[in-house]
Amino acid sequence: MKINDVILKTVAKAVVLVIITFGIYLFFSGHNTPGGGFIGGLVLASAFVLLFLSYDVETVSEGVPISFKKLSAFGVLLSLSSALAPVFFGKPFLSQSFGYFDLPLFGKTELATVTVFEAGIALTVVGVVVNIILSISEGTK
Amino acid sequence: MYLIISAILLPFAAAALIPFIHNKLGRLNIGWLALAAPLSLFAFFLYQIPAVSAGRTFKETLHWLPSIGIDMTVYLDGLSLIMALLITGMGSLVILYSIYYLSSTDSLPHFYAYLMLFMGAMLGVVLSDNLMVLYVFWELTSISSFLLIAFWYHRKNSRAGAQKSLLITVFGGFAMLAGFLMLHMMTGTFSVRQIAVELTQYTSHELFYPAMFLVLLGAFTKSAQFPFHIWLPDAMEAPTPVSAYLHSATMVKAGIYLVARFTPVFGGNSAWFWTVTLVGLITLFWGAFCAIRQTDLKALLAYSTISQLGLIMSLLGLGSAAIHAGDSTEGAIYGLASFAALFHMINHSTFKGALFMAVGIVDHQVGTRDIRRLGGLMAFLPFTFTIALIGSMSMAGLPLFNGFLSKEMFFTASLQVLDMEIFGLGNWGWIIPVIAWTASVLTFVYCAIIVFRTFFGAHKPEKLDKIPVEPPMGMLISPAVLAILIVAIFFFPNVLGNHLLRPALSGVLPGITGAAPHIEAWHGFIPELWMTVGIIVFGSILFISFRKWKGIYNLIPAGWTFNAAYTSFLNNLEKNSRYFTSSYMTGHLPHYFTYIFSFFVFVAGGTLMWSGAFHIDVSNDSPLSVYEVLLVAVMATAAVAILFAKSRVSAILLNGVLGFSIAIFFVLFRAPDLALTQLVIETVTTVLFLVCFNHLPDWRKENSLKHVKVRNAIIAVTGGLTIVLIGLSVNSTDMFETISSFYENSYELTGGDNIVNAILGDFRAFDTMLEGLVLFIAGIGVFSLIRLKVRKGPKNDEN
Repeated sequence: MKINDVILKTVAKAVVLVIITFGIYLFFSGHNTPGGGFIGGLVLASAFVLLFLSYDVETVSEGVPISFKKLSAFGVLLSLSSALAPVFFGKPFLSQSFGYFDLPLFGKTELATVTVFEAGIALTVVGVVVNIILSISEGTK
Repeated sequence: MYLIISAILLPFAAAALIPFIHNKLGRLNIGWLALAAPLSLFAFFLYQIPAVSAGRTFKETLHWLPSIGIDMTVYLDGLSLIMALLITGMGSLVILYSIYYLSSTDSLPHFYAYLMLFMGAMLGVVLSDNLMVLYVFWELTSISSFLLIAFWYHRKNSRAGAQKSLLITVFGGFAMLAGFLMLHMMTGTFSVRQIAVELTQYTSHELFYPAMFLVLLGAFTKSAQFPFHIWLPDAMEAPTPVSAYLHSATMVKAGIYLVARFTPVFGGNSAWFWTVTLVGLITLFWGAFCAIRQTDLKALLAYSTISQLGLIMSLLGLGSAAIHAGDSTEGAIYGLASFAALFHMINHSTFKGALFMAVGIVDHQVGTRDIRRLGGLMAFLPFTFTIALIGSMSMAGLPLFNGFLSKEMFFTASLQVLDMEIFGLGNWGWIIPVIAWTASVLTFVYCAIIVFRTFFGAHKPEKLDKIPVEPPMGMLISPAVLAILIVAIFFFPNVLGNHLLRPALSGVLPGITGAAPHIEAWHGFIPELWMTVGIIVFGSILFISFRKWKGIYNLIPAGWTFNAAYTSFLNNLEKNSRYFTSSYMTGHLPHYFTYIFSFFVFVAGGTLMWSGAFHIDVSNDSPLSVYEVLLVAVMATAAVAILFAKSRVSAILLNGVLGFSIAIFFVLFRAPDLALTQLVIETVTTVLFLVCFNHLPDWRKENSLKHVKVRNAIIAVTGGLTIVLIGLSVNSTDMFETISSFYENSYELTGGDNIVNAILGDFRAFDTMLEGLVLFIAGIGVFSLIRLKVRKGPKNDEN
């Protein structure tokens, strides 16, 4: 049975952009206000899930050539290596540090190493969630 | 500068790079690039010799987990240096050899990546001072050895051999870990040097002997000591360069290294002396005895490696008496054994490496290693013959080769036992030189077998697949270098002795001066010389009359070998655990929920009940608002309605009502983070349900027996009750000191205002990191489970 899903597809195109923006916002805002790596990753993943639901897997894979398996592996490696990095600066494993910098456009900005760690977590979440949903939906065919 | 730590990390970096660059090299063999790592490291460690032989040591520390005493502390002294030189030197030769040995159809990037992984891990083992770090590297060597043995994984024997070596060495590794933890409990430190200083106060501690034997178990399994030697012959399924490198020159010496490193800790104790000496001697004898009956040249070499490792081990045992004697003339005399152990360890690496490579050449050029099919190869492979001859004569302990020098020291050390009056040696000491001599006769016999059965006698072309010719020059370079070393060390032994062995000995026997002798080949007509003459005479007789006495090998019944015991143990383990597992893993979800919830009720609820933590006090709670009452009513209705749902869709929707209601609760209680997370999770779960829909069987009414229903109802109600009680009690009791004040300073400590994320990303980042890892593993698990199912019957990889 062929479903007429023009509305879904059109809405999805617009909404996905909003969701992704919101996900990225949540990721960065997590330092001081609600948000963070895990929830940011989940929101980003839900954007991809929406894409896969409204279009088919082939079309999306063509437009978004990301291997979600590799993405999750990369995320784990990123958080592990950001945990290991302070060891080389004479600090204990998993130490995080932060500082305030004057950047053009942004003004006085806080930069923290925890962002790298959280980015690893976010990428892992995106990769794993999309990967699980894709594997299960492929299994149904 | 972290030079030594960088030296350990360099091979790991190379291992990580190899998969990415091998495609870009064109026709150039990746091995040439891999060769650069051990060569530069070898040069680096050579450069350290002058300083170390002058008595200097180097220490570098990187903080890892300083709060529990685990730091990456590396310590370079004579003993570590000699091992590091062995690892990088042999590594260079083996990689050069492997470039010619492996065919282009083999997966070279895998091979060299594994080899680099091993090299880094092995350097880590010999350079770490911290026991936990040493343990991590120790297990990494087991894992890389596993990968290399199973390199030709399409062969069934390779996989079995890899599994066996992993099971046995990791078993020993776990035992060793337990031993390390006991040492930590006694002394409060993980530093080997610190433990050596402090443990003298704890000799009567109840953990002293358990710790000693557990550490020894690790060393014995790794160094293939009797009765754990059975993994080494099976490991010969690995490509020959791997056998030459891991399974004769370096990895199996990790156990030797560990015993040497722990001699200052446990040495001077009679249990240590007897265990190490006797296990070494039994291994020496048994390995030599078994080697003679082998028909596969590599298996023969494997047993001979076992035997030689036993020899080194027994020497370390004998030498540990020096610690008991202290810094005196006696101590110096006993210490000779430890010196001989280090000397023989180097010599063994040279001659066994040369022999393995020679056998590899025979296998490569002739197509078989079976001595029943070989013979008369001297005319075809004159260079290989020369190398094998030099190696065998050195192994047999004949003059003009380095093996003679260390073998003679071994006899001197074993004869000294006759004069020792400590450790009850007065009555039983004679047994040591007797075993030593008998085993050496057997060693002579198998050395003769290698040379004569392979290179002399009649050539049997009808049994061979190929016409033998000498291999390319490149393949001969490495064994030739080793053969030259064998002879060079005989003529100039004191170059090695003064610059490497003497500083290394001070790592084994600290504080004992004068134990390192001036090495000489000629001592006059002393008993040791007559022992060597006796070996040649009796060995020749036994070799010639081999056919007449080989019947004694049939005296051991086939079912009584250690291999048979290992196999039946493994089979029984598999059978029984499958029986046990299938008794409760029914594949029926309600069963699993029964287990999980009963466990929860009994353990969590039971513990709280038992410790008196249930305490309900609502006096401090805020009053209920209308919203909360309404939401609870909605949730209760939805929960009860699920029980009466007629279709799966309505059940899922009702379950969704529960989830979204919880999200609203979070909003009411001003926890926007949690509300947001709950909402997105709820959405994604619904999508998951949708994609799973086709997998699920038809929805039907539960039709179980009445008593099952009652039981399930009881579990459900008690489970819910436990949760409610825990929730109420958490708010009412203060059994523990609150730690929340710590998190209130999150802005000063972490620079972030969001306490939730400060906890996730900083205060408790360890949990978050491992959760990410678990999530990843779960994702890979789901992916592979479904992919395997789709493929319907895996590709048959058996032979």
